Amino acid sequence: MAMAAAQIETLIRTAIPDAVVTITDLAGDGDHYSARVVSRTFAGLSRVQQHQKVYAALGGRMGGQLHALQLMTVAPEEK
Amino acid sequence: MTSARERIEGVVRDNEIVLFMKGTELFPQCGFSSRAVAVLEHLGVPFKTVDVLQDPDIRQAIKEYSDWPTVPQLYVKGQFVGGSDIMMEMFENGELQQLVGAPAR
Repeated sequence: MAMAAAQIETLIRTAIPDAVVTITDLAGDGDHYSARVVSRTFAGLSRVQQHQKVYAALGGRMGGQLHALQLMTVAPEEK
Repeated sequence: MTSARERIEGVVRDNEIVLFMKGTELFPQCGFSSRAVAVLEHLGVPFKTVDVLQDPDIRQAIKEYSDWPTVPQLYVKGQFVGGSDIMMEMFENGELQQLVGAPAR
């Protein structure tokens, strides 16, 4: 079961309102995406914690409904 | 009977570098696991792999253990380091080499 890119972005932005989300459909099959998420709320968090925040936003879909999401998280001051 | 969680704790404690993955080092069953193995091989350090596809209990328990929804998962010196994206990022900026004490190239 695939997810639309827009749906992924909406879920992330609902949980992390200041997030700037860039989604790329890697395979064109609606099932393999990469996401770059920039948010001030990532400041001071480890990479693991930043990714956990995004996974939490996706509410358990990661690893299930959403098979493949390459994730990159950035706090703005890191650029 | 040891629980899946106890078995995970044991393997993470007894091996300095552990990769929980889908498939084996020789036959990874997923692109992300394959990428993770490639990174570790490139580092030239010994590592242990655990194939979660062989063990549904471990496959479920590892997600709870690290509060991380996906496999592969890398552990170094008992600490959860991240999945394949974090591994790649740390490899590219040299952090991973430092963490595992990779021989200089």
